[in-house]
Amino acid sequence: MKRIGDRTASNPAAERYRAGVLKYAQMGYWDSGYRPKETDVLALFRITPQEGVEPSEAAAAVAGESSTATWTVVWTDRLTACDRYRAKAYKVEPVPTSPGQYFAYIAYDLDLFEPGSVANLTASIIGNVFGFKPLKALRLEDMRLPAAYVKTFSGPATGTIVERERLDKFGRPLLGATVKPKLGLSGKNYGRVVYEALQGGLDFTKDDENINSQPFMHWRDRFLNCMEAVNRAQAASGEVKGHYLNVTAATMEDMYERAEFAKQLGSVIVMIDLVIGYTAIQSMARWARKNDMILHLHRAGHSTYTRQKNHGISFRVISKWMRLAGVDHLHAGTIVGKLEGDPNTVQGFYNVLREPLNPQDLQRGIFFEQDWAGLPGVMPVASGGIHAGQMHQLLTYLGDDTVLQFGGGTIGHPMGIAAGATANRVALEAVVLARNEGRDIWREGPAILADAAKHCTPLRAALDTWGEVTFDYASTDTPDFVPTPTAAA
Amino acid sequence: MRLTQGTFSFLPDLTDLQISSQIEYCLQRGWAVSVEHTEDPHPRNTYWEMYGNPMFDLKDAAGIMREVDECRRTFPNRYIKVNAFDSTRGVESLRLSFIVARPQEEPGFELLREEGPGREVRYSMRSYATRRPEGHRY
Repeated sequence: MKRIGDRTASNPAAERYRAGVLKYAQMGYWDSGYRPKETDVLALFRITPQEGVEPSEAAAAVAGESSTATWTVVWTDRLTACDRYRAKAYKVEPVPTSPGQYFAYIAYDLDLFEPGSVANLTASIIGNVFGFKPLKALRLEDMRLPAAYVKTFSGPATGTIVERERLDKFGRPLLGATVKPKLGLSGKNYGRVVYEALQGGLDFTKDDENINSQPFMHWRDRFLNCMEAVNRAQAASGEVKGHYLNVTAATMEDMYERAEFAKQLGSVIVMIDLVIGYTAIQSMARWARKNDMILHLHRAGHSTYTRQKNHGISFRVISKWMRLAGVDHLHAGTIVGKLEGDPNTVQGFYNVLREPLNPQDLQRGIFFEQDWAGLPGVMPVASGGIHAGQMHQLLTYLGDDTVLQFGGGTIGHPMGIAAGATANRVALEAVVLARNEGRDIWREGPAILADAAKHCTPLRAALDTWGEVTFDYASTDTPDFVPTPTAAA
Repeated sequence: MRLTQGTFSFLPDLTDLQISSQIEYCLQRGWAVSVEHTEDPHPRNTYWEMYGNPMFDLKDAAGIMREVDECRRTFPNRYIKVNAFDSTRGVESLRLSFIVARPQEEPGFELLREEGPGREVRYSMRSYATRRPEGHRY
């Protein structure tokens, strides 16, 4: 059998493409002299090579498998502009205080990606590399999306600014609550919780991630009862109110049908879950833009791959993808609540979601400067184990452009749901007022809340019930560049 | 009924000193303050009457308080709010908006239901006050 390349063995190019196996670095996926172009997509991976594997070779392997390479040399590379299409690992550095782990920087040419497709971007970047044998573990830490690529996406259907204008709510975080118990209520009883919470003072109530269409409550019944509640609360307060109607379903056809019904009933917002997948999310974002609807995304399932630091995807990357995909709300952590959340790391997610430009900020886990090129911001949502007594901490950590969701902290109030809602709203307005007056809310928070409780019995009751409740556990997903304080410190 | 639009409606009505320190906060950030009033508090009524243009060049809280005061004296029985506008790229919208005066009586809103096919209901709401012509509502 004639072997390809046999007759031209003295030619270096022919040598490179001789059939057989080469190291990825030798195949051109490692180039320490490479200067990333402004239009390159950049990715930062945390790699844990197997024993005996050089970090630069491991980085080259990741670059190769996430772009053009396969395990062996193929002569068909020579039919392409393969030098350009090869991703280039250009820098490897040890992770501070984590022996055996390295940060690998990889640059991808823009032509490798389909315009406006999160599915295509992710199929390359995380498609094939995470099970690669020469690596013990791999984590995608951050990405730099060039402005030229960002501009191919429509971004959030509504955006934080237009959302506020539509709701006519300015100068403070929005308030929400998830209906509890999340499973089992009939449509009529479910709507009761929505009505009480909204007329008590919340801006939004919310379906939980797994409320879809179950035997105890079919979706149409839920939608009808919730919209009765929303409209009653609007008339009682003179404010715009909303309930996130979860349209997550088995197929796109079902989701469109549910979303259309929500629109017909006059809802200002619909909701989807992260588990429906990137393409479905982009489709719903397009639908929401077309139908003047705010789109809420619950990050159901993310902790399976975001929480452990050595393997998976950082939530800051998911945040970037979801801003491209076009959602308006995204759950991004509370810091002080019941779920995982180191303060610096969570602030990094918030900045990624809502700032026009993210400077490099290693303390918050942001490795690359990211210019969002005019793409609207996403409203981060803080949900899970928070209560009125933490209002000054929440405002300090998370700022104004966020939705604070008190599920148990509203519905579990000793005086009832409406009282729970009022307690949260009064606490929030009192702390915002005090902050704007120049008071140090971090230190004076408890006193400010106690003062506000003098004219608000429900707030007094909330502080008496939950004032001391904290969830003070060490975080697993922490920055690599600073010692990490806990939320209660 | 108490209309709860605006940033601080769940708190007791703000004193002049409190209003003034919120204005000060806005001025420190370079936001332009404006005053608006209405007799139609429907939440979809985006365009309240402007009591003059936003005060882009007035950087003095006391001066703005005089405008607020004048508006309150001219329209003693209307909703009046103070807005702060931020012209920064990417914002170009309000950053704060709070009610500083309200009518003595707030009759609230009627919820109208129009039954459709199946169990569908078409909702609309109407301020009891807007049944009377403008200028005679409160």
